[in-house]
Amino acid sequence: MDLILKNKISKTREKFKNTIENILLKNKKKEELIEEIEESLILADVGWNSTQKIINSIREKIRVQFSPEEVKRIIENEIVSILTKSPINLNFGKSKTVIMLVGVNGSGKTTCTAKLANYLKKRKMKVIMVAADTFRPAAIEQLLVWGEKIGVPVFKNYTAKDPASVVFDALKIKDVDVFLIDTGGRLHTKINLMQEVEKIARICARQVKGAPHDVLLVLDAGIGQNAIQQAREFLKFTGLTGIFVSKLDGTAKGGCVIGISDELGLPVKFIGVGEGEDDIMEFSPEEYARALLR
Amino acid sequence: MLEQLSTRFKKIVKFIRGEGKITEENISDALRQIKIALLEADVNYKIVKDFIEKIKQKALDQKVIESITPGQQVIKIVKDELTELLGSKSHSLNFSNQRPSIYLLVGLQGSGKTTTCGKLAKWFSKRNKKPLLTSLDLKRPAAQEQLKKIANLIGINFYPVDRNKNLKTVIENLINHAKSNYFDSIIIDTAGRLHVDEELMEELFLIKELLKPVETIYVGDALTGQDAVRSAQLFDKKVGIDSIILTKLDGDARGGAALSIVSVTGKPIKFIGVGEKFDELEVFHPERLASRILGFGDVVTLVEKAMEKIETEKAEELAKKIKKQEFTLEDFRRQLAQLRKLGSLSSLIKFFPSIGPFKSLEKINIDDKKIIHYEAIINSMTLKERENPKIINGRRRLRIAKGSGRSVQEVNQLLKQYFQMKKMLNRKDFKKILNSISKM
Ligand SMILES: Nc1nc2c(ncn2[C@@H]2O[C@H](COP(=O)(O)OP(=O)(O)OP(=O)(O)O)[C@@H](O)[C@H]2O)c(=O)[nH]1
Ligand SMILES: Nc1nc2c(ncn2[C@@H]2O[C@H](COP(=O)(O)OP(=O)(O)OP(=O)(O)O)[C@@H](O)[C@H]2O)c(=O)[nH]1
Ligand SMILES: [Mg+2]
Ligand SMILES: [Mg+2]
Repeated sequence: MDLILKNKISKTREKFKNTIENILLKNKKKEELIEEIEESLILADVGWNSTQKIINSIREKIRVQFSPEEVKRIIENEIVSILTKSPINLNFGKSKTVIMLVGVNGSGKTTCTAKLANYLKKRKMKVIMVAADTFRPAAIEQLLVWGEKIGVPVFKNYTAKDPASVVFDALKIKDVDVFLIDTGGRLHTKINLMQEVEKIARICARQVKGAPHDVLLVLDAGIGQNAIQQAREFLKFTGLTGIFVSKLDGTAKGGCVIGISDELGLPVKFIGVGEGEDDIMEFSPEEYARALLR
Repeated sequence: MLEQLSTRFKKIVKFIRGEGKITEENISDALRQIKIALLEADVNYKIVKDFIEKIKQKALDQKVIESITPGQQVIKIVKDELTELLGSKSHSLNFSNQRPSIYLLVGLQGSGKTTTCGKLAKWFSKRNKKPLLTSLDLKRPAAQEQLKKIANLIGINFYPVDRNKNLKTVIENLINHAKSNYFDSIIIDTAGRLHVDEELMEELFLIKELLKPVETIYVGDALTGQDAVRSAQLFDKKVGIDSIILTKLDGDARGGAALSIVSVTGKPIKFIGVGEKFDELEVFHPERLASRILGFGDVVTLVEKAMEKIETEKAEELAKKIKKQEFTLEDFRRQLAQLRKLGSLSSLIKFFPSIGPFKSLEKINIDDKKIIHYEAIINSMTLKERENPKIINGRRRLRIAKGSGRSVQEVNQLLKQYFQMKKMLNRKDFKKILNSISKM
């Protein structure tokens, strides 16, 4: 990991306020302790059901005489075990690889596309970004600015109305290792828009063997319990393979990923920790669990 | 979610029908249900805790113990309290005494500021005002371009800022331009920022000092979770906000973040965003959002209303038929008649949450005069046709139209709506709810 990233991590860590640590040090009775753990998990958007599930599975393991460190380790382990159900690395194809980024409006797809392009480029891959948001004003221009900034070509078509046709044309380009497809924002309740993104995935599958190799749901760290429904629907329409949590440089912790991982087996693959092209990190369940409880 | 919603609803119905007496013990179960509902709707944990305590006190205080339907009263207290917290009435925008009125839109990254600038401009121009759009976002890639394109799309003037001038000069020039060209208002977009970013928050404060807007509007995303409290609070503390616009309410998020934002800032929500298009901005109605946050609130209201008027037997029969999946036109007619008794159908449909299984109800959109026409049409059908509407071919349609004095188009429309309704009624979650209603 390079230096910039390291700095970012420590900055991120600092911002996670040490709630549980404080709680644990106060040496409470077991039930009080558990209630306060519940509070911290819910405040991190882990959600009622997942919180109860975690608490039930640790309840028996916790003893009053445990040190705060020990209790913390038990919860951390529980969270890590949920988050490591599936492998977190990207899937690469034999020759070409296609990665789609999908999600609701404003979650950070375009920025994550650029970050991922930059990340892969640094790893010596030939990358191209595909502007498949044909709807939002200046969506193409936004991606072009990014392309310029990080030195990655952008495939676009200003007049196209159907994003699947843009993707179809883009995938014909030769000598590319990874195609990164930036799709438009859509709420999972809009059936026509979900069919549109389904079609994009279908086109990928038809044009490139094994594609799309990854379909990443971009979730804003600040998102609440609606995230799980989003994940279910996007999974149904696009066959999600993982999650990219953006905006983890704020105070929100994106705890919804625990429930999503648990229910749908979707791994978090990357996190975004700022608005710059280098503000991307490979996901570490251990570090995340630690940060969540801090 | 819908599954959960209807099971929770069932529990509450049981509670309503039940025991008739409120004790601390049996209220605690109901309160727990309400607590979970609120948490799942993303209302902040601490706010939920205070809220539940308040409800409990109120419920026990108000001597609801004597009442026949204490459960209903508890729910009513919850809903009233929630509505009051959300602002209890709709607010309109403020204007300054002198032109132009300046509106400054602020918020986290991606919350919908730029889009909402466009929506507000369109809202003004529809009311014969002349707004000017401008963006102080020099940070996000293509932010200027985005607002400029939006302005073009909706036919509103866009004022480009000069990147090479300092902020003070930019703002002076902007205001002069607006004044000399007789703009009524300036709607100003800003870059998204994190509430913990000291530098950018300071910058925003400075912008506000220079602009002296009549309203600084916090644009909040309805999908936000527990952290909504912290971000809204810090925006209010560090910059100072006057009002709130909540975006992305067109999905199925319950929008509990709204309650968090309002409780922690004490500022009113003025509009809600319900789509990506620029006319998808609506005036905020606290009671509707309260119902939505509760999830079952609307249904409970419907239950209350229905209990008073629907004849139980017929409803029971209907529920049975629905269970057996054989909702006929005859049932449709009877249902229409019942609905007519309940008062205006369109007002009734409003009681359904506009999410989930009820969504398609809106599309069905039967107005009240039509009910009468529809009844006339169905009355002109033979019993066989009513029981098996699939046999109604073109010739039969013509006959029915003549017999009822309505047009063939209307007959077609009715049949279409009947089939739509039938499809919807066959949905699991809808059946459950109708069942619960009819059992009461
Ligand atoms: N602080 C912070 N901001 C981020 C991060 N990722 C994205 N953003 C910001 O979030 C905002 C929205 O990002 P976009 O990439 O445009 O989001 P999108 O999902 O493509 O949006 P639509 O295409 O409109 O649906 C921008 O202002 C980004 O700079 C992050 O990790 N941290
Ligand atoms: N479905 C829906 N989408 C919305 C709504 N309001 C805004 N959006 C979408 O949300 C995304 C982000 O909107 P923007 O207006 O670019 O957000 P922003 O706050 O200006 O973003 P930054 O400038 O990057 O901080 C876009 O895809 C919009 O089309 C709404 O009410 N409903
Ligand atoms: Mg985008
Ligand atoms: Mg913007």
